[in-house]
Amino acid sequence: MNRLSWFNAVSLTLGFAFLYIPMVILIIFSFNDGKLVTVWSGFSTRWYGELVQNEAFLDAAWVTLRVAVFSSTLATVLGTAAAYVMVRGGRFFGRTLFSGMIYAPLVMPEVITGLSLLLLFIGIGLDRGILTIVLAHTTFSMCFVSVVVSSRLVTFDRSLEEAALDLGCSPAQAFRLVTLPIIAPAVISGWLLAFTLSLDDLVIASFTSGPSATTLPIKIFSAVRLGVSPEINALSTLMIAVVTVGVITASLVTKRAMMKQKQDEMAAARAE
Amino acid sequence: MTSDVFTPWDDPQAKPLIQFKNVTKRFGGFTAIDNLSLDIFEREFFALLGPSGCGKTTMMRMLAGFETPTEGHIILSGQDIDPIPPNKRAVNMMFQSYALFPHLSIWENIAFGLRRDKMPKRDLEDRVEEMLRLTRLEQFARRKPHQISGGQRQRVALARSLAKAPKLLLLDEPLGALDKKLRQDTQFELMDIQEKTGTTFVIVTHDQEEAMTVASRVAVMDQGQLKQVATPDRIYENPNSVYVADFIGDVNIIEGRATAQGDETYQINWAEGQTPLTATSATDLSNGQGCHLAIRPEKVTISADRPADAVNAIQGKVHDIAYLGNLSTYYVELANGTIIKAQSANTRRISRRSFTWEDPVWLSWTATAAVLLAN
Amino acid sequence: MGRPGLAVLDSNGRGFVGELMRRAFLIAVPYVWLLALFLVPFFIVLKISLSDTALAIPPYTPTLDLSQGWSGITEFFSQLDFENFVWLTEDDLYWKAYLSSVKIALIATIFTLIFGYPIAYGMARAPEEWRPTLMMLIILPFWTSFLIRVYAWMGILSNEGYLNQFLLWIGVISTPLTILNTNTAVYIGIVYTYLPFMILPIYSALERMDESLIEAAEDLGCSRIQAFWLVTIPLSRPGIIAGCFLVMIPVIGEFVIPSLLGGSGTLMIGKVLWEEFFSNRDWPVASAVAVVLLLILVVPIVLFQRNQQKQTEAEQ
Repeated sequence: MNRLSWFNAVSLTLGFAFLYIPMVILIIFSFNDGKLVTVWSGFSTRWYGELVQNEAFLDAAWVTLRVAVFSSTLATVLGTAAAYVMVRGGRFFGRTLFSGMIYAPLVMPEVITGLSLLLLFIGIGLDRGILTIVLAHTTFSMCFVSVVVSSRLVTFDRSLEEAALDLGCSPAQAFRLVTLPIIAPAVISGWLLAFTLSLDDLVIASFTSGPSATTLPIKIFSAVRLGVSPEINALSTLMIAVVTVGVITASLVTKRAMMKQKQDEMAAARAE
Repeated sequence: MTSDVFTPWDDPQAKPLIQFKNVTKRFGGFTAIDNLSLDIFEREFFALLGPSGCGKTTMMRMLAGFETPTEGHIILSGQDIDPIPPNKRAVNMMFQSYALFPHLSIWENIAFGLRRDKMPKRDLEDRVEEMLRLTRLEQFARRKPHQISGGQRQRVALARSLAKAPKLLLLDEPLGALDKKLRQDTQFELMDIQEKTGTTFVIVTHDQEEAMTVASRVAVMDQGQLKQVATPDRIYENPNSVYVADFIGDVNIIEGRATAQGDETYQINWAEGQTPLTATSATDLSNGQGCHLAIRPEKVTISADRPADAVNAIQGKVHDIAYLGNLSTYYVELANGTIIKAQSANTRRISRRSFTWEDPVWLSWTATAAVLLAN
Repeated sequence: MGRPGLAVLDSNGRGFVGELMRRAFLIAVPYVWLLALFLVPFFIVLKISLSDTALAIPPYTPTLDLSQGWSGITEFFSQLDFENFVWLTEDDLYWKAYLSSVKIALIATIFTLIFGYPIAYGMARAPEEWRPTLMMLIILPFWTSFLIRVYAWMGILSNEGYLNQFLLWIGVISTPLTILNTNTAVYIGIVYTYLPFMILPIYSALERMDESLIEAAEDLGCSRIQAFWLVTIPLSRPGIIAGCFLVMIPVIGEFVIPSLLGGSGTLMIGKVLWEEFFSNRDWPVASAVAVVLLLILVVPIVLFQRNQQKQTEAEQ
């Protein structure tokens, strides 16, 4: 099917309009001069200026960034291992429990995860701060990483690993030299996912953070509870911009790699 | 030829079931089917044969209704079917991938088309059972498609498409997914079922052996055009072009110039310093006209000495031998470097091989063994 | 080649043991992590839900005192009771909140499915070279902060918001509609934020589907619409199931959406739990609320996990 039927065209248009219009409005009104967010009173970047001078936001942003980097890296290592165990581990004691613990956090309401982790940290006497948020974020985002990586591992041609073993690799070498480079895109997107999940998280961070460590979503939430504010619009726009640039860059890079591969294959076919 | 032999295409009175009338199909700038006309008769087992991309699948998809001709018309029992959507056509198709519904049992897959016709429950059950019997699938009726073997899936696909008793059944590479042994058995089963049901079959294949085995007539296609439409034996013995001769089976092609030598007999000069070859041809060739001589390897006799009575005999030496069990093919190199294939049947077990590598041998064939094709 | 047989055996043998060790290690690390930080905390929640509130740090009793040995443990267990759970049944706030959460989640899931399916279908039927772009357009909002996406609707739905301004301007209404701080706003927020979770699994089920199945159905006498109901829908069922679970389960415990878009009439258990914990500082009751919520969710979570595992195994 090369053409889009009118029904599909309409549903896609409406669907994407629904997804994007709210954010476009948010971005437009972040450049509004007035204090009243819903009334346009001229173009201005003054809210961005005020944002940069807001020490509390900057501190929170710095905490959030550190938490996200640490937790996503840890989650990627653990999640990749978990995915490997799930897909290649064969039968082992408690496999069903293990798979349950991988899938349950994907849908577990955050209030429950947050509360239970907080009670654990208090129970073992761990002071709440950056460390506890990192532990909490690692736990739930490793499951997302594991799902992303295992979906790639499932389609992975096992004979490639066997060929590596046949040619004299140890299992660890086969993983490092053959499996890892091939599943690398999935591992990277798993890391990115874990990173943004950590950046975004409000509920779990609220439970597991202490007074010493406030993350950006916690700050935004307490500001937003009081209503819409132009400063938050500006902050949101910046965050949307960062994510958009990141996602588009990542997809362009993969697209170019795919195009290159296709071109090479075609050139090779022609040379035959 | 006796009258009970099935040859409606030779009968000018016979009404074809399907007529392609100057059909052209273009996809953007690409012409898949180029001004093609063809008649297919009722109860025929018709094969469309050609390499991939020759347009055979497009022909089939036009018959099923998934594509419409850009120009021209397709007539099915006297009716122009271009405006009829696929679900309203008395044509069913067996898909290359079988396209069995994975969420339905074998029984429900076969019943699927009948349910669309709102067939009464009893008739429907009888029909499904009949189809299961016909394809020997009775004990698999309750299974899902992924619980049966490839050969069984192929039979389910066949039963499903036959269940509605279509006027015309289309088979898109029906045996492509089966291994060779199973494919051969299934070919005979297909012919058997076609005969039993009396349905007209149109099969698309790229496997010439399969087409030759099952079909009453074969159409050889290339680049959207029909090269030759004829019975398998005529396609094999009387190819009308180098393309057809080369596509069907193994062949030696010798290029030369023809000189008339009396009644339908021609002499072909094919290489400097070699005796001209003699061949017969029903079509007229002018003197000095370029031509190709097509000789099947099994019609070339290989011997140590020059046969005394041979019309055509050339000398060479054995370059290579392919032992195929029942046959051996000798690749004989002539003085000018041309390689000619000669085949001989291995009728005796563990006999000493008569020839071996580098042996000087003679190749010979009769005047009627080769097909003379004018350029 | 040429190596003595014994050496071959030896090196193979060691490799085998090493491999087993490595495998055990690989399994153990994520396993222990999840046990310690996912499963064990639930038991702590369960334990605290059976304790009593106290003006102490931590604000509940009893606390397990292992220094007193066995008597400490028996003492500890004897003080646990179901008081908090009894309390949950007595105050109708709680069970109303549970019911209302489940109701809101069910309705919102149905809406998300109704909106999401056509989009997923359109994507799967779009020209192949568009699909990666469309996919990215679906994922992009999903990567953007959840909080910001909910926040964006506050400006749209408020009384002087953009939607009311627009409707007044085109003359459909003469007085502003009250949408923000009602259940309607909560539904809009849920559908908006959870739409990608519905679209992606359905899309991947539809995209995997062999197009010739639809052609086969049409060939056997189905109209386009019949083919859709009889073939496309049943074959995308695993995607639909996964999508519905991915939306419904987290929405039951949703906190951000009801607290930002909902009003005083919006009763959702996530919000109740939050308030018990942060406002009332009643940790045992909050824990009891969490335990009951978890019990409600156990069945759908197990079903979801089964569905996922079945699909993974089917793909393998």
